[in-house]
Amino acid sequence: MDISLAAVLPQLFTGLVLGMLFVLLAIGLSLIFGLMTVVNFSHGALYMLGAYFTVFFLGYTRSFWVALLMAPLMVGAFGLLVERFLIRRLYGRSPDDPLLLTFGLSLVLIETAKIIWGKIGLTLDPPRALGGAVDLGFMSFPAYRLFVIAVTVAVLIGLWAFLTRTNVGLIIRAGSRDPLMVRALGIDLNRVWLLVFGIGCALAGLAGALAGPMRGAYAEMGVTMVIESFVVIVVGGMGSLLGAVLAGILMGQVVGITTYFAPKLAEIMVFVVMAVVLLVRPSGIFGEAGLAE
Amino acid sequence: MASMTRRKFLAATGATAGAMATQGFLPAMLRAQGEPLRIGCPLPLTGPFAALAADMQRGAQLAQDELNAKGGVMGRKVEVLFRDDELKPAVGAQRTKELIENQKCQFIVGGLAAHVQMAINEQTKKAKVLFISTSQSDEISAKPDTSPITFHEALNPTITSRVMGTWIAQNLGKKWWIIYADYAWGKQNNAVLQDTLAKQGGTLLGATPYPLGSAEFSAHLPKIQAAKPDVIVSVTPGADNIAYLKQARSFGLDKTMKLAQPLLWISYLKEGGPELYADIYGGINWYWELQDTIPSAKKFVEASMKKFNIPPGDYGAYSYSGVLEVARGVELAKSTDSDAVANALRKNPVYDHFKGKEWWRACDNKSMQDMWIVKGRGPGKTKGDWGLLDIVAKVAADEKYDRTCAEKGHA
Repeated sequence: MDISLAAVLPQLFTGLVLGMLFVLLAIGLSLIFGLMTVVNFSHGALYMLGAYFTVFFLGYTRSFWVALLMAPLMVGAFGLLVERFLIRRLYGRSPDDPLLLTFGLSLVLIETAKIIWGKIGLTLDPPRALGGAVDLGFMSFPAYRLFVIAVTVAVLIGLWAFLTRTNVGLIIRAGSRDPLMVRALGIDLNRVWLLVFGIGCALAGLAGALAGPMRGAYAEMGVTMVIESFVVIVVGGMGSLLGAVLAGILMGQVVGITTYFAPKLAEIMVFVVMAVVLLVRPSGIFGEAGLAE
Repeated sequence: MASMTRRKFLAATGATAGAMATQGFLPAMLRAQGEPLRIGCPLPLTGPFAALAADMQRGAQLAQDELNAKGGVMGRKVEVLFRDDELKPAVGAQRTKELIENQKCQFIVGGLAAHVQMAINEQTKKAKVLFISTSQSDEISAKPDTSPITFHEALNPTITSRVMGTWIAQNLGKKWWIIYADYAWGKQNNAVLQDTLAKQGGTLLGATPYPLGSAEFSAHLPKIQAAKPDVIVSVTPGADNIAYLKQARSFGLDKTMKLAQPLLWISYLKEGGPELYADIYGGINWYWELQDTIPSAKKFVEASMKKFNIPPGDYGAYSYSGVLEVARGVELAKSTDSDAVANALRKNPVYDHFKGKEWWRACDNKSMQDMWIVKGRGPGKTKGDWGLLDIVAKVAADEKYDRTCAEKGHA
């Protein structure tokens, strides 16, 4: 087995794109959990919706760029409705209740997608401009996947600026630390939670929209992704955004590298890494002890 | 008053219950004549094989309609019942059991994924119900899994990969990389392909398994890119095929090496489009344009165009033929007893429902049939919505392509 840099570098780079999708999904999950302690099991179904909405808007407007913008916004808007009319009723109850609710919701969404778009998956192509491969020197790499990296990085920077540089961001961060104190200062946390849930869902939608041209859209596409994303936030530390980013990239690399050396183990290795991390650091790499217990 | 009401109530319910009991018991024998002949058809109607399963459902429906238009089988209406096996062996077994026990299906035709079909076969063997498998598998017609009432209509990995492997090595190149789905059908093809390549004096640079139903192949591709094989032979069934080809093309693998596969499926060519499948080589059991030269194919295509307005696909042809074979067996045997039907088919092994002559080999109930080597036409060269393949060569049916009876454990 060739373990020179020339052989492993393409593998690392490929793993990076896998990691980007994990990051987008995990950061939405982590944002929602960190602030609201809601474990959103419908995240995978929202990822799926993102891909299908992209197909829909692509067919409607003939522009991939419009579709890529509209699909996450629609998923985000759907998330707002879910928070307002379903999850809000469960605040103050056991954390299991929203978990069960969102799990049920994901089943409903998957079946609904099958009714609307059929049991057979749909395929969609990247826009012409991003259709080909780019020679990176050490390998030829699909232009579209480079674009996925760029979009994710841009979204992360935007999100970071939003959370650290704006007043709303300040309230979100404060709310995740001490909701009671924030309330005492006269801030309506309901509106903050609504917003955060919407943003988290929109990020899942964006991940789905970006994944569509690589993997196609099909009803069950989020089923394994949501589990792997949970692994990512557990490894990164529940509620930690930096943890979600680093663990997402790490997991992409784990899959990439394992596929190179032992393809049969690629799927299981993600869980092995999680087990090891939890043994060493029970609350994840950047997790705060006690938050998710 | 109250007691009267109760008595009346008891009398009424008693009478009803009695009537129901006799109805259920006595006329059962009288009704048998008019009872439809039920054929169960478990298929993966959801999941990555859904497009193929839909094709198979249409094929079986066409066979049912054709039989009923002729007045049924031995005067009985034919009814094909479909169930979703969800591409899971346990679900396939459960649905089959339900079809046999609750729906009183006397025959089972169907199965698409090799591993699910084995689970269906376990149930049909247990219930002593004749099963015509329409899934590719080497094990289904070999001991210890097969049985005298297990028939295999589809091609199998040995035939497919020996034929295609030889052709690929002789025409496209002898340095290969194989990528295969890590389940029964994928593994069997991988083994036969490697064996065939060795016999052709070729070199295997690598063989990569991936989990069936995966939509992400990118992590496998840099390694293959660096190894520079002449050909990548991909055993990527169902929707995986589209995802694989898209990603292989997006990494530019198609620029430096040939892409070939043991099988192509028209359902996925239609879904993926001519650009994706341009110049991809593969084997196929049947293609609708064969109607130009084969009369039974013409009849089948016309029936499908009339009912569904699309030509039937390769796997739809299997289930069409499977249902018609059950009917032929029942009429030959003049009985719906599975053993009698199986014996009748073995005694009269030659049939032609959609592709010219086929025959059941006596030792293992395996259908021997022609296959074709085809390639994707590419944009601009297609004919209508479904004219997506060029026929490169015909490979006439020959028992030499399959393992011998002895190799399959039949004395």
